[in-house]
Amino acid sequence: MRLRSPLGQVLGTGSAKEGSARWWAERLSAVALIPLTLWFLFSLLLLPELDYLTVHTWLSVPLSGFLAVLLVAVLTYHSYLGTMVVVEDYVHAMGAKLFLLLLLRFSYVLCGGASVFAILRIAFGS
Amino acid sequence: MPPHPRPLSPHLGIYRWQIGNTLSILHRLTGIALALGLVALCYWLISLATGEESFRAAERLFASPVGLVFLSGWTFAFLYHLLNGVRHLFWDLGLGFERRERHASGWFAVLGSIALTICVWAVLWRGRL
Repeated sequence: MRLRSPLGQVLGTGSAKEGSARWWAERLSAVALIPLTLWFLFSLLLLPELDYLTVHTWLSVPLSGFLAVLLVAVLTYHSYLGTMVVVEDYVHAMGAKLFLLLLLRFSYVLCGGASVFAILRIAFGS
Repeated sequence: MPPHPRPLSPHLGIYRWQIGNTLSILHRLTGIALALGLVALCYWLISLATGEESFRAAERLFASPVGLVFLSGWTFAFLYHLLNGVRHLFWDLGLGFERRERHASGWFAVLGSIALTICVWAVLWRGRL
């Protein structure tokens, strides 16, 4: 049974009054995070020590730095999409909702940007 | 407030607690917890980029009792969100919707994430000793 009108299908609208793009973005970033997070977890667990020199040396290897940048970027994006849904679900007052959504966006850009910059600084030396 | 409040459909409070809705709520809660963990990850990376002294300070903070509670909480939150997330991805493919499958995969996500959390910390502690 089809409940979507032909026009709605073309416009990609639904009950959320938005396209299905975000749904896809959530799933795709989730799939990408499976190998990325597992790589990060296993890398840390396999390091002989978690002291400054060992961790710094590990992250200065090009492949580690590259994967770490991807990890932080996708993690930030996935987390942003998720917390955005939480705000949209529970905060109904227009002003508070808009404020929180903007705050989230700023915080994620700040946090993700700082993390990527930190990794690049380690990778390329300060 | 309108003079005659519109009738609302039953919300969370009306349902009996069972594995399905409990794990769904837990998925969201662990997601929120992990969002906060992102800030900790950011701090850790910055401390690593700044130098040995600041990395040591971060290490002390994470190794404090409160820090360890948070770290183990995030470990569980991550592993649960990962396993339950895979469960959701299977549902998105239209698989695993039968009652028995839902219950089995749900318990697998819960018990699996608890077991894996213990494994991760066992490896971490063994490295310390």
